[in-house]
Amino acid sequence: MKEVINLPVRNIEEEEYHINMGPQHPSTHGVLRLVVSLQGEIVKNLKPHCGYIHRGIEKMCEKDTYPQIIHLTDRMDYLSAHINNHAVCMLVEKALEIDVPERVQYIRTIVDELNRIASHQLWWCSFGMDLGGLTCFFYGLRDREKILDIFEESFGSRLLHSYYTPGGLMMDIHKDFQKNVKDFIKYFRKKIKDYDRILTGNIIMHERTRGVGFLSKEDAISYGVTGPSGRASGFACDVRKHHPYGVYEKADFKEILLPEGDTFARYMVRMHEMRESMKIIEQLIDNIPAGDYSAKMKAVIKLPAGEYFQRVEAARGELGVYVVSDGNKTPLRMKFRSPNFSNLGVLDHISRGCKIADLVAIGASLDYVIPDIDR
Amino acid sequence: MDNATLKERILGLVPEAEFQENKQFLMFVVPPSAMHELSFALKHEADLAFDFLFCLSGVDMVKYLEVVYHLESTTHKHQLVLKVRTADRENAAVDTVCDIWRTAEFHEREAYDLLGIRFNNHPDLRRIFLEEDWKGYPLRKDYVDEVNIVEL
Amino acid sequence: MKEGDFRDNETLELFKKSGGNILLTTIDAMIDWGRSNSIWPLTFATSCCGIEMMATGASRHDFARFGIEVYRASPRQADVIVVAGTIVNKMAPVLKRLYDQMSDPKYVIAMGACAVSGGPFFYNTYHVVRGVDHVIPVDVYVPGCPPRPEALLYGVMQLQRKIKLETMGDPRKTEELTR
Repeated sequence: MKEVINLPVRNIEEEEYHINMGPQHPSTHGVLRLVVSLQGEIVKNLKPHCGYIHRGIEKMCEKDTYPQIIHLTDRMDYLSAHINNHAVCMLVEKALEIDVPERVQYIRTIVDELNRIASHQLWWCSFGMDLGGLTCFFYGLRDREKILDIFEESFGSRLLHSYYTPGGLMMDIHKDFQKNVKDFIKYFRKKIKDYDRILTGNIIMHERTRGVGFLSKEDAISYGVTGPSGRASGFACDVRKHHPYGVYEKADFKEILLPEGDTFARYMVRMHEMRESMKIIEQLIDNIPAGDYSAKMKAVIKLPAGEYFQRVEAARGELGVYVVSDGNKTPLRMKFRSPNFSNLGVLDHISRGCKIADLVAIGASLDYVIPDIDR
Repeated sequence: MDNATLKERILGLVPEAEFQENKQFLMFVVPPSAMHELSFALKHEADLAFDFLFCLSGVDMVKYLEVVYHLESTTHKHQLVLKVRTADRENAAVDTVCDIWRTAEFHEREAYDLLGIRFNNHPDLRRIFLEEDWKGYPLRKDYVDEVNIVEL
Repeated sequence: MKEGDFRDNETLELFKKSGGNILLTTIDAMIDWGRSNSIWPLTFATSCCGIEMMATGASRHDFARFGIEVYRASPRQADVIVVAGTIVNKMAPVLKRLYDQMSDPKYVIAMGACAVSGGPFFYNTYHVVRGVDHVIPVDVYVPGCPPRPEALLYGVMQLQRKIKLETMGDPRKTEELTR
């Protein structure tokens, strides 16, 4: 006679299990490890584990002089490298009370905005790729190459230029810079309509991103989510408008705020920002005044003792640089308030209750760059 | 609110706060025991409304360790810097503010990881960048590591 | 120098020209030609060099024409791992595990100054592995910070030359390469 073995009944759907979206993963935008607690396919909570690219930049800054630190800030958020450099240069210039020539301010603003467009292009191509549309990868990078050509002609390298120095620029722009930038704007105005046709109006994109990953305005302020992700929740945090620097006051542009706070809103803010950046560049490119490309600086830069803070609008949010100086040529403490670090803190909060495929879309819309988190 | 009125308000809330000169911000050194209450008042009182903590840093000034809070109000647009100091380097402990400003959760973990400042009542205080079994706090001035660091 | 110490392509090609069974060398040539023109990498990029690697795969400097058709997400299916970016102490065991999970024959390209020797993060930092060859054996080093896409393509071409030098009679043993 056969024995009937009664196994305990397990309700698989109610059990929780942990999966590891490991440091090496095609869609974590770098080396981020997420330990996701799932129930079925619904995310219950997740814990990010950072530190897989922690290079100790803040410790290195304590032994480097200020011009040397510029080269390290390039490598933090490498997609908005110029803007990182701008923050440190402005901090040094304000502390020493140096007047930077007008020409330098104009060029810095234009190059910052070009960098913002390049960063958003790369964001767009990885966003499309994460959702499965590989065409976006090629379109975005093809158009980004045009900006990198402009950079290479004037600054000498495609990525990581260290072009700004405290006091001005490393060298003057190429004579064809203005013409090439104007050609690029004409070219990209047409191409961005293609971007809308491919992805923005796509029904699959709408199904996957509308209503997913909602972040309210109070949560955005409390979690310190700045940049396009914060503005998509209605948090008016654009440093270019509220604490202007460079020549942003001379250009007329809108701060894009959307009330919805979901993944689709974060997408639309960046698409609109690319257009606003092109508007800023168009208004400034023809008015670059003649003059020096650098103010006179001493050979050794020593900041007077005290504390200084500088905020700039990087492509992903507000970058803050905090320096405590004791009068030497190296800082006593240099802290970078990284936008991606705060943006990552909100990932757990907004992805509860969504499916694991939505988690990929939310991560792509928050647009974090991991070396900036880990510094 | 302009800086003078703000200064009076803060000194009214915490009389022991010490005012510090700084060209950019209104800066106070607050005793550690008063920090949590002051933070609650700063966030919830309608005319102060400091709801955006945009930077929390740990600093090792050799004689003491300090935590620096940079605050801003999104409604009134005023800014403030608070500092909390602790001279005890072995067991540096400060009250957490992550129940008031949620962004402090990660920033305080970073200050603990790199400088060894503990935060009382933090929900999940563990190392964030370095391995769990790393010995020492690298950003301290007296950190020595002959194995890993190559000096120039 | 011993014969095993010569690792550069020019010398190895010179050694190969001298001698070999005619049947085996023809089969070797065919197999090596097939293998070297179809190298599929693992998706692995830690920092800035990853962007230049993506740019190398994009439409202007297309490396699909060199045989790198797709990126494989699973280490079991990948032939080469292009270590693009800095490797830090916390990431080194993960990299070793990924390398061990790859199936033979496998190759490593160290891309960028950080992977070659620690790069700009050599001095004064406590958490960087100064050169990925402390963790896994490297076949081709591509210097630069970040290296241009053309430089990475040159590195891939050197790897193709290296693969063409292999013979069936003496297959590549990975244990010998590990320090």
